[in-house]
Amino acid sequence: MDIDSLLGNSNAWMASGDKEQIVISSRIRLARNLKDRAFPGWGGEEECARIWAQLRPRLSTIKELNPEIDAGMDELDELDKQILLERHLISREQAEKGKGSGLITRADEMLSVMVNEEDHLRIQSMTAGLDLHGAWSAIDRLDTKIERETEYAFSPRLGYLTSCPTNVGTGMRASVMMHLPGLALMEEINPIIKGLGKIGLVVRGLWGEGTEAVGNMFQISNQMTLGEKESDIVKNIEQIAMEIIEHEKNARLRLIEKKELFLRDHIGRAFGVLTNAHLLNTKEALDLLSDLRLGVDLGILKHVDRKTVDELMMLTQPGHLQKMEGRILKPKDRDRVRAKRVRERLSRGEPKQRKQSRIHE
Amino acid sequence: MLCEICKVEEATVHLTQVVDGSIKKLHLCEQCAQKNGFDLQGPISITDILLGMGGKRDDVMPAVIPEKSCPRCHMRRTDFKKTGRFGCAACYETFSEDLPSLLRAMHRKDRHVGKMPVNEAARVNAMQEMTNLQEALERAISDENYETAADLRDKITMCRRKLEKN
Repeated sequence: MDIDSLLGNSNAWMASGDKEQIVISSRIRLARNLKDRAFPGWGGEEECARIWAQLRPRLSTIKELNPEIDAGMDELDELDKQILLERHLISREQAEKGKGSGLITRADEMLSVMVNEEDHLRIQSMTAGLDLHGAWSAIDRLDTKIERETEYAFSPRLGYLTSCPTNVGTGMRASVMMHLPGLALMEEINPIIKGLGKIGLVVRGLWGEGTEAVGNMFQISNQMTLGEKESDIVKNIEQIAMEIIEHEKNARLRLIEKKELFLRDHIGRAFGVLTNAHLLNTKEALDLLSDLRLGVDLGILKHVDRKTVDELMMLTQPGHLQKMEGRILKPKDRDRVRAKRVRERLSRGEPKQRKQSRIHE
Repeated sequence: MLCEICKVEEATVHLTQVVDGSIKKLHLCEQCAQKNGFDLQGPISITDILLGMGGKRDDVMPAVIPEKSCPRCHMRRTDFKKTGRFGCAACYETFSEDLPSLLRAMHRKDRHVGKMPVNEAARVNAMQEMTNLQEALERAISDENYETAADLRDKITMCRRKLEKN
């Protein structure tokens, strides 16, 4: 697999959806399994290897996935896996696998298939901004094509049968990645998370299950997969996402109206640390870049452009950072290199007089 | 000490657990221990096995009560309880007794609606058509509309053939 070719893609981070870019990306995944074959977690490595060998060529020829890039987990080094993980193309669970497990992705990453992760097939579709409908129609077509190549485990009563019964039914998880710094600063995130829980939605951090929210990025998705139509799940989450966008906009307005000094101070401090720090870990970098992103969105930081911030958000992640450096780095070295890259990238865009006036202010 | 199950081999696996306030001990040979799902590598919980054996029995004879396992992939109930994941599609049938409470807790509903594989959808549609035709036929007969009834009967035959082909 040519991982480097992926690095040029404007992935989820850089994609611009709604004008405020509060929803960064929309994703749908479908869990599918082959009829009459043991699920990956139980079938053993040899059975997985046979299934991967059988699916790989069939999936590669499907038009919807072309031009495709594919790789077995045993063909990738740790750094490549880390990059695929950071680009949400594979999961942590899959990254830990070796022979018999693999990834097939369209070169633009909009459609991809994990083979022998928790289920035989985990089909994924991604779109920029808030567009779950688009993601659904794309993945629905691909799923139907794959179904022609193989036979799915399906029960009329329970739907698509999955390794874990939490996914049985549609096997679908639809999610939107949202950047919610306004709500976080106004300390209004927790009631929203609680409220979403009550209506059957889950809020996760940047990298899905079990991860904390860094950089004020929240992934909102459906919990239940049985007894609800795909189109209804999609409609529901889109509607909720639009409501959250309104809340976020509202929180930002209130920040400007009632806490402008606090807001400017907060964003200014983030800029100050990012342009002067010599050690930055991933979480700190993402949290501060989130503040910067808010500053850009609100027009407070006029000399930084949004593309720079989004690129830095991608670049500061350990895998991408090391790939850019072209070598494996120890965590401490990563923090140093990360800080250096951020410093350099941000000072490049800063006009000279502005720098001076900042000192005299 | 001999193994309490096979009574042939020397017992080398000794399990102790407090169940309902009384101490239960099991002395097994390695083979019988493995056969009965005591994973020697992992943390051992014999509660499930003891409960599966009938709870409060004093004479401990696990071998005589076979544990439910999947005929297709041989996953046992204890395996499923340990991992929370099924071994294959047939496990949904095998462990169907455990499913309703699980599904209720996870999904609040228990019946799939939504996308179906193409073949499956065709079958479901054909069955629906069959039901409609049969209802129409009953109406036609009670209305003494025999011409329509004959027509409907032909359609039902065709529909049945289509279903059988699937």
